Amino acid sequence: MSILQGLWFFVIGLLFAGFLLLEGFDFGVGMATRFVARDGDERATFMRAIGPHWDGNEVWLITAGGAMFAAFPLWYASLFSGYYILLFLVLVSLILRGVSFEFASHALTVRERGFWQWANFIGSLFAPFFLGMMLTSMIQGIPLDINGDARPGFFGVVNWLSVVGGVAVVFFSFVHGLHFLSLKLGPVASRRMLNISEKLYWIAYPALVVFVLLAFFRTDFYRVRPISTWLITVIILAATICAHVAVTKKRGGFAFASSGITLMAIIAFIFNGLFPRVMIGTDPASSIMIEDAAASPYTMKIMTVVLCIFLPIMLAYFIWSYFIQRKRLVADDSDLAAVSRSTATAAVSK
Amino acid sequence: MLNVLGLSRFQFAMTTVFHFFYVPLSIGLALCVAIMETLYVVKRKEIYKKMAKFWGKIFLLSFAVGVVTGIIQEFQFGMNWSNYSRFMGDIFGAPLAIEALLAFFMESTFIGVWMFTWNRFKPAVHAIFIWLTFLGSSVSAIWILAANSFMQHPTGFEINKATGRVRMTNFWDVLGNPQLWRAFPHVFFGAVVTGSMVLVGMSAWGLLRAHKQEQNGTAQVEPTVEADGSEHISKRVFYTRSIRLNAVIALIGAILVIIAGDLQTTFIIDDQPMKFAATEGIYEDTKDPAPWAVVSLINEKDKTAKSIEIPDMLSLLAYHSPSGSVKGMNTANEELHQQYDAKFGKDMNYYVPVTVLFWSFRFMAAVGFGVLLLSILVLWFTRKSKDTLWSSDWKLWILGLCTYLPFVGNTGGWLITELGRYPWLVYGLQTIADGVSPTATVPSLLFTNIVYFLLFLFLGGVMIFYSRRVLHQGPDYQGEGLGLQMQTGRNERRVALA
Ligand code: HDD
Ligand code: HEM
Ligand code: HEM
Repeated sequence: MSILQGLWFFVIGLLFAGFLLLEGFDFGVGMATRFVARDGDERATFMRAIGPHWDGNEVWLITAGGAMFAAFPLWYASLFSGYYILLFLVLVSLILRGVSFEFASHALTVRERGFWQWANFIGSLFAPFFLGMMLTSMIQGIPLDINGDARPGFFGVVNWLSVVGGVAVVFFSFVHGLHFLSLKLGPVASRRMLNISEKLYWIAYPALVVFVLLAFFRTDFYRVRPISTWLITVIILAATICAHVAVTKKRGGFAFASSGITLMAIIAFIFNGLFPRVMIGTDPASSIMIEDAAASPYTMKIMTVVLCIFLPIMLAYFIWSYFIQRKRLVADDSDLAAVSRSTATAAVSK
Repeated sequence: MLNVLGLSRFQFAMTTVFHFFYVPLSIGLALCVAIMETLYVVKRKEIYKKMAKFWGKIFLLSFAVGVVTGIIQEFQFGMNWSNYSRFMGDIFGAPLAIEALLAFFMESTFIGVWMFTWNRFKPAVHAIFIWLTFLGSSVSAIWILAANSFMQHPTGFEINKATGRVRMTNFWDVLGNPQLWRAFPHVFFGAVVTGSMVLVGMSAWGLLRAHKQEQNGTAQVEPTVEADGSEHISKRVFYTRSIRLNAVIALIGAILVIIAGDLQTTFIIDDQPMKFAATEGIYEDTKDPAPWAVVSLINEKDKTAKSIEIPDMLSLLAYHSPSGSVKGMNTANEELHQQYDAKFGKDMNYYVPVTVLFWSFRFMAAVGFGVLLLSILVLWFTRKSKDTLWSSDWKLWILGLCTYLPFVGNTGGWLITELGRYPWLVYGLQTIADGVSPTATVPSLLFTNIVYFLLFLFLGGVMIFYSRRVLHQGPDYQGEGLGLQMQTGRNERRVALA
């Protein structure tokens, strides 16, 4: 394996981690529209909080997919064709969610708006669930043939670890979204978000234990790379505790950072365990290795040059777009619902 | 049809064609809106701001559907065409990844900034955001077309002997692909035509409504100025100015799309003679000079075509000279067999779907010249000295229906390009049948095809429904609906403090 191949494996991991860090809270906010918001106007305000950002965040996934195609075409081909139905469900979820932002802003009646808010909720709930399932299914070893085609079969896709993995991604996205909202709403609503998150975190511990146990028995990660795998496990746990402490102390920013680290660490866990493989076969000999999946050194070189030039530029305006829109949506709300209700009536009565 | 290959092809065709309804609309509308906002910055007339905001709503609708259908595009190469992805990854992946990094981030970030910061930046600064969005979309077109052009005309590669896969040898050759630099201008100006023509059509609907309202006395006729200095212009003025501005854009776009189309035509005559002969429905080599078939009754089974012809015209179109014969499909077929039989065997069928190509080409070209004519007529009818468009319902009706014209042109164009590549997926290198995913199954493909189909029907319907609603609400409508409260970060705070 060459340095560039290793680098691109890392970059793809980074892109997925960035995706979960950013789109994670979008998904979480989408879930909160049903689980937390008290009425349609609050839901609208929640969606408004991520309105300017969700598409940019989603592009992290698109870039991750594109980078996979470019750097490791054989990985892209066997993963995406192997998890056909799961990815299809991800796509449908992303479509429902993606159009809901724009379409909801054209709704004229409460029912019509409610329809798109449901679409947003369903998409936000299922997209991370199915993605989480895919990521945690592929690390368990699946049947691969000589061509590299993956046929995981129903129980390869739906099993204890993958369901728990899917739920874990959903769960951490949800609390992450609550922490994000606590940064975007007024003080009263913000406290409410953190209070809910505080209670939820008690579920996180048993869930993590189950996840680690399942991962221990159903993957070879703790045997193949024990040190780093344990290290990341500890990081996931530590970040979870940090976030829990932070929500207890009502420190939204700190909680947000910690829950973000948890999500990124989940990706680190997977990529660290995969390395130096990209697809793990039930028969170890059939696993696809980084160097076999890689594109030519020439293509890698071109891609690296492009990355070095344009990633900093892109990061600069990406961060800038958050910076200029960092203000809380409602500066001084004694009651968020009342605020958004009056906004909505103001909008309609005009 | 109901086999893995047929269903995969159907799915690809359906999803890309649907994506490509919105792609040129988004690119074109971004340009039109950017021009309007720039006019506002330069001339400081409220009407241009109003235009930018109003037509911007249609742009945002189109963009939303464009984005969600784009994700399908990106994933389906791996999902449905995994052998193709393995074979082509070295070439295809790079432009796609670069597109995401360079273009998608740019357009998605700046559109988010643009739509939410109307009141926060100086007009000149705010206009930059829409230009950057437009730039992002246009750049994305270059990269994806680079990948597509390679499939039409491979350059800058070799076949890796050990793996049998394509390997990039020269990035600049991939980017410098002559096919790309003909396809890109054509697609780009096609997008300009699409955006502006849709606005011409929608403005016509708007005028029609305004006319009715004025007749029954429910519309404001004279412009007024409010206490806060904002002026209210009548709908008639608003839509008439809109239609004129967009007709100018459409006129320029149509001229350029025709020129670019001509460049493509002259390129494929030599590069893909089978495709060209099929668009003209020619089986046998023509006489010299070649006649041009206006309409043709094509029998693909017997390989015959009965046509109504204009003498000498095809030589003029193809070679820009009064002489020269054009190669027929039978000759092209023989040449292809000679060239590829050693590698792909004698049983290959090189005839493309002739009828579809023939008519697609005619529809596309008709749209090109149709838009050219329409835009000139609009400018003439709405001239300052005598506006004859306003009171003529039938003219407005026709223009309104022409909203849908450019989509016919775009779809026709892609059908030519992609079906004319048959039987290749990558010209001369990989056949369509070899590219499909070995893991794909008929039930799963059937399922996804049906769901996509229903989903697209639904999304397309909602898109049209909301576009009409925007139009009915008219440019003076201030409400943001009940949903996201688009640009009202300010308002919410104001309300909160009140
Ligand atoms: C000529 C231009 C063109 C062509 C041929 C295609 N697209 Fe496209 N695509 C665009 C031009 C575009 C765009 C103008 O940039 C879009 C449309 C509307 C939009 O929001 O961005 C877009 C959106 C878009 C997105 C979402 C971007 C986002 O979230 O912001 C993806 C992932 C793709 N496309 C991928 C593809 C793939 C894999 C294609 C190959 C079949 C493809 N597109 C054909
Ligand atoms: C980079 C861009 C594109 C690539 C790489 C690409 C590639 C492909 C592939 C893999 C197929 C399936 C094989 C086949 O059936 O021929 C296909 C078919 C098709 N594509 Fe494209 N395509 C691209 C862009 C587009 C766009 C933007 C459209 C526009 C709508 C389009 C229209 C079609 C159509 C209509 C078919 C159906 C052909 C058939 O049924 O055989 N393509 N293309
Ligand atoms: C008289 C005018 C036109 C001519 C002569 C013309 C010519 C062509 C030709 C020869 C192709 C096939 C290129 C190939 O396969 O490599 C093509 C493709 C295409 N055309 Fe046109 N065209 C015209 C007008 C239009 C108009 C008005 C539109 C859209 C509004 C349009 C949209 C397209 C598109 C989207 C493609 C496919 C992309 C590509 O391969 O470049 N064309 N055109």
